[in-house]
Amino acid sequence: MTEDGFRGREVPIWIFRGDGLSGEERQYMVELSPGMVVLDAVLYVQQHEAPDLAVRWNCKAAHCGSCGAEVNGRPRLLCKTRMDDYMRRNEAVHVGPMKTFPVIRDLVPDIRKNYEIARRIPPFTPAHPAPFQLWPEDVERLKEFRRCIECFLCQDVCHVLRDHHRLDHYMGPRFMLKLAELDMHPLDTRDRTPYVRREGGVDWCNVTRCCSDVCPEAIAITENAIIPLKERVADRYFDPIRDFWRGRSRRPAPEPPEK
Amino acid sequence: MNIDPLHYDVLIVGAGGAGLRAALAAAEEGARVAVLSKSLLGKAHTVMAEGGIAAALGNLDPYDSFDTHFYDTMKAGHFLNNYRMVSLYTQEAPDRVLELETWGAVFDRTEDGRIMQRPFGAHSFRRLAHVGDSTGKELIRTLEYKILATKRVDVYPEVITTRLFLDDNGRAAGAFCYQRDDGRFLIFSAHAVIMASGGWGRVYKVSSNSWESTGDGAAISFRAGAELMDMEMVQFHPTGMVWPPGVRGILVTEGVRGEGGLLFNSQNERFMLRYDPERKELSARDVVSRSIFREVQAGRGTPHGGAWLDISHKGPAYIKRKLPTMYEQFLKLADLDITRERFEVAPTTHYTMGGLRVEAETGATNIEGLYACGETAAGLHGGNRLGGNSLGDLLVFGRRAGLAAAAYAARRPGTSSLSYSSIEEERRRVLAPFAIESGENPYLIHAQLQQLMSTYAGIMRSGTSLTDGLGHLERLSERANRMSADGGLHFNPGWGLVFDVQNMLTLARAILTGARERRESRGAHWRTDYPDEDPEEGRRNIVQTLGPDGRIKVRDEPVPEMPPDLRRLFDDPVSPGVKRQREEASRARGSEGA
Amino acid sequence: MHDSLSHPSLSHQEPPHQTKAATERYFWIEPVLVGAALALFVLYSLWEVFFQVHGRYHNYLSPYFSPDLGRWLKIPVFPALWVAWVPLLFRASCYYYRREYYRAWFGSPPACAVPDRRTRYTGETRPPMVWTYFHRFFFYLSTVVVVFLWVDALHGFDFGGRFGIGLGSLLLLVDAALLSLYTFSCHAFRHLAGGNLNCYRCKPRRPRARYHLWRVISRLNQHHGLYAWISMFWVWGTAVYVRLLILGLIRDPRLLR
Ligand SMILES: Cc1cc2nc3c(=O)[nH]c(=O)nc-3n(C[C@H](O)[C@H](O)[C@H](O)COP(=O)(O)OP(=O)(O)OC[C@H]3O[C@@H](n4cnc5c(N)ncnc54)[C@H](O)[C@@H]3O)c2cc1C
Ligand code: SF4
Ligand code: SF4
Ligand code: FES
Ligand code: FES
Repeated sequence: MTEDGFRGREVPIWIFRGDGLSGEERQYMVELSPGMVVLDAVLYVQQHEAPDLAVRWNCKAAHCGSCGAEVNGRPRLLCKTRMDDYMRRNEAVHVGPMKTFPVIRDLVPDIRKNYEIARRIPPFTPAHPAPFQLWPEDVERLKEFRRCIECFLCQDVCHVLRDHHRLDHYMGPRFMLKLAELDMHPLDTRDRTPYVRREGGVDWCNVTRCCSDVCPEAIAITENAIIPLKERVADRYFDPIRDFWRGRSRRPAPEPPEK
Repeated sequence: MNIDPLHYDVLIVGAGGAGLRAALAAAEEGARVAVLSKSLLGKAHTVMAEGGIAAALGNLDPYDSFDTHFYDTMKAGHFLNNYRMVSLYTQEAPDRVLELETWGAVFDRTEDGRIMQRPFGAHSFRRLAHVGDSTGKELIRTLEYKILATKRVDVYPEVITTRLFLDDNGRAAGAFCYQRDDGRFLIFSAHAVIMASGGWGRVYKVSSNSWESTGDGAAISFRAGAELMDMEMVQFHPTGMVWPPGVRGILVTEGVRGEGGLLFNSQNERFMLRYDPERKELSARDVVSRSIFREVQAGRGTPHGGAWLDISHKGPAYIKRKLPTMYEQFLKLADLDITRERFEVAPTTHYTMGGLRVEAETGATNIEGLYACGETAAGLHGGNRLGGNSLGDLLVFGRRAGLAAAAYAARRPGTSSLSYSSIEEERRRVLAPFAIESGENPYLIHAQLQQLMSTYAGIMRSGTSLTDGLGHLERLSERANRMSADGGLHFNPGWGLVFDVQNMLTLARAILTGARERRESRGAHWRTDYPDEDPEEGRRNIVQTLGPDGRIKVRDEPVPEMPPDLRRLFDDPVSPGVKRQREEASRARGSEGA
Repeated sequence: MHDSLSHPSLSHQEPPHQTKAATERYFWIEPVLVGAALALFVLYSLWEVFFQVHGRYHNYLSPYFSPDLGRWLKIPVFPALWVAWVPLLFRASCYYYRREYYRAWFGSPPACAVPDRRTRYTGETRPPMVWTYFHRFFFYLSTVVVVFLWVDALHGFDFGGRFGIGLGSLLLLVDAALLSLYTFSCHAFRHLAGGNLNCYRCKPRRPRARYHLWRVISRLNQHHGLYAWISMFWVWGTAVYVRLLILGLIRDPRLLR
């Protein structure tokens, strides 16, 4: 372990202080300890210098997805980002809130919109109640999707939302993941492809893969969720040969969009 | 000031597993429900649960049954449990697990397509339905999306309760809350209130709990006149992370031992063989924790004061599949590859068995209209909680409390009246910390409280340590009266902490008082001056109430007596399922011989 | 004191600019390199297609001209064009290349968490980008091309009826192999192989073979980007090699005759 080289050293950390209207980065000093993560540093500042420094966290172990923020411009979980990585590269540490969402205060963004989207998605609708017979092969794929900790870092980094503010057109990678999970569930009875395209707005994604890059759970959002969904859209809307081959009748009739 | 209360039939404080399950049950009964939570939806402490949900589905071990589960739970709880709760729990848990599946949870599967179950400490059979090592996440995510799709439930994230209001007849009538993001005050009025606010592991220094676990619901209800029970029972989980300091206390799931992890001391001795040759590493948590503690005391601890846990013999592929989160957690936070190296673990505060005294069937407290479920409630786990029984607890008793509260709310006529003066009084109390000039720093008080509790009421206690602890606590509480806050009302953690610390001080007092009162060692409660179980002491639960003068009153409540047919189960040294299994085996052998 | 409980309502402004650390300032290196490589490849391809009349050097056939459709059909103009549009459009609609050229050429976004260079963005919602949904048809056609590539690669060992190995034969063989890897690790194929199923086992009639096929393709698919790059450079290199042979600028070393 690289522990002791950094122990006890005082280092500066820049933290954004302010709200949606105004704010600035302020410098604080923290005392390094072995294995320190940026969240530790922020909490250190909170305890010693700025008791009202706003930050969200819960688990400190990358399980809950509360502590998403941007460190040196990169979306990251504060509790999973080590201070010594920056120290080793001799880089200053700048912490700011996620940029895509409005700021409530300091490091805390307003992410309510994400929950509004979550609420709109038609729920899992099995053909019959449990017990289910589901084989390991069939849940394997879903498992990856269900690893999501809802940190919304992917929503933060996705340029459709970050730069183009298209949350009204495109639900964003987190919810593509959710839709993929529901659509691929062996027992879900809803036909979700039209929803994925219309309400979900999957066409807005240009598969540039930043969401997968930042996902702390290392979910291959683009490869395993979005692209398969796009392929399903292709099945439905862009594949006359397939239609001819199978006949439309074998598909359940598209549902009316959810109210 | 705007004090128009928001009206609901059922108000639920807490959006962990218990609160969400209660909300679903209440909404199903037609009640309008509000769910409050200190953090965002789906982030509650429950999300961190790793191992699994204990339910006697018997998917892998057909001999498993609810009576076997009952037997294991009572035994692990050292018979302080309310047997009626245990009985309800063990019978209903399988249905609750399947229900989750209907709502979209995706459990690990067996080869024949059923829910996979894993072995866990002190369970007779493989019993924990699980999802890798992130079962709590699966549970809460499933409930979260179910709630989002349920009308009649309003979720108020980051709305924190500071006080419970009673009406003139002493019935629960509403709550005072502040909204974290803008500091606005929200007043709720409701016919029934459910406390599902989790435990208070943050009272201790080394803890696996999140910042939310400050026992607000229990403390607030206690102040309003509710009874606390079994407060001395605090579970120390044997395997918390030890190094580096930043992660100290973070949980290493029992699943590691469930999947075959072995414990060693610094002399490479597998010491659990000495302490519990029968169940070894998979002994009950109190036993393993004490064993590690003893090894460290005897000078056989690891460099940072713990024991070695080793799973590397299982091979990288297996470990990464079965314990992916653990693998990641160590790699990322401790630079350590658990597929190749052993790692240090030490006991960490994990769970609070005590809490609000409730009626088994409904979760009703002694205050009319006030219900409690989940970690906030006491009774199911007795002197020690069996791994996996908490998540099941949330589902079984969350639902029961939800149903009962909705039914009660429907019975209760009119809107609940809140007195203006009590609202105003609370508002002033909540704003007070801003008025104190150069007061105490709540972070510091919190740290000192944690130090105090770890020193005087930790894994090992004695009459003198507890009395000393109470003395110190008295002084700390006095200083805490002058805790102050800086800055504004907008998302101000320092300000919020003031109330958290007040609640924790209240509960700390109850822990010390209860622990001093119980003159024996039982389950998680280990007293050096009374090192053995005392059958007399085992017949009572220690119940505490807060007098109007602010003093704690202690009384005994007899532990509910099991009916003879259940009692008889314990005449056998092994659980009913194991007994049946052995009988069957010997019969098979007999017929083979013939 | 905090008597007033009115607060400025949350505004939806972005927080002020954050200082970027040194490593973040070099984000542009990758898109520039990628953009240049892709552009050169496209230019070279166009040159091959529009400015060259044939791609055969004895038993070697430049990959741009395989299968030699133009000659079979006796079409005199742009013989490579009759085939080359397939691999070119296959690559142009490939999920991986899309990612690369959206980043490198359009700056949408140039790199993650770096502001998009375009202010108007429509993603893949309208033509021509929405046509990328037809990617699978290019996949179908490409499989045919791959078959011919193998045939031509085998021809590369046929020196006037006698088996031999030249450097060109090896280049062509590896070329066919890499292009196969690239083609069969395609996302569209992964979908058709089994990704379109929701259940691999619940209906016993369904062959589990689909599951295993899907698993294998998924495995390959993880390296699709890598195959995309090496196969591209290999095709390029092979084409240049054959072109140089045709132009008589180099000689083909014979390794086995
Ligand atoms: C690391 C870890 C692993 C675990 N693993 C397992 C396991 O494998 N199996 C198992 O059975 N159990 C396990 N447990 C225990 C189990 O997770 C908890 O006991 C259980 O989640 C408690 O759930 P709850 O719903 O009662 O409360 P919590 O999940 O703690 O939720 C409390 C809720 O109340 C809210 N709240 C609190 N105070 C207030 C207030 N003043 N105002 C408004 N809202 C408030 C909080 O915001 C939160 O939403 C584990 C615990 C930990 C820490
Ligand atoms: S791949 Fe799609 S969803 Fe992911 S960041 Fe890029 S545009 Fe957004
Ligand atoms: S998909 Fe990954 S990045 Fe996105 S919310 Fe889930 S865990 Fe976070
Ligand atoms: S605090 Fe839970 S993810 Fe960082
Ligand atoms: S060829 Fe790249 S995705 Fe099809």
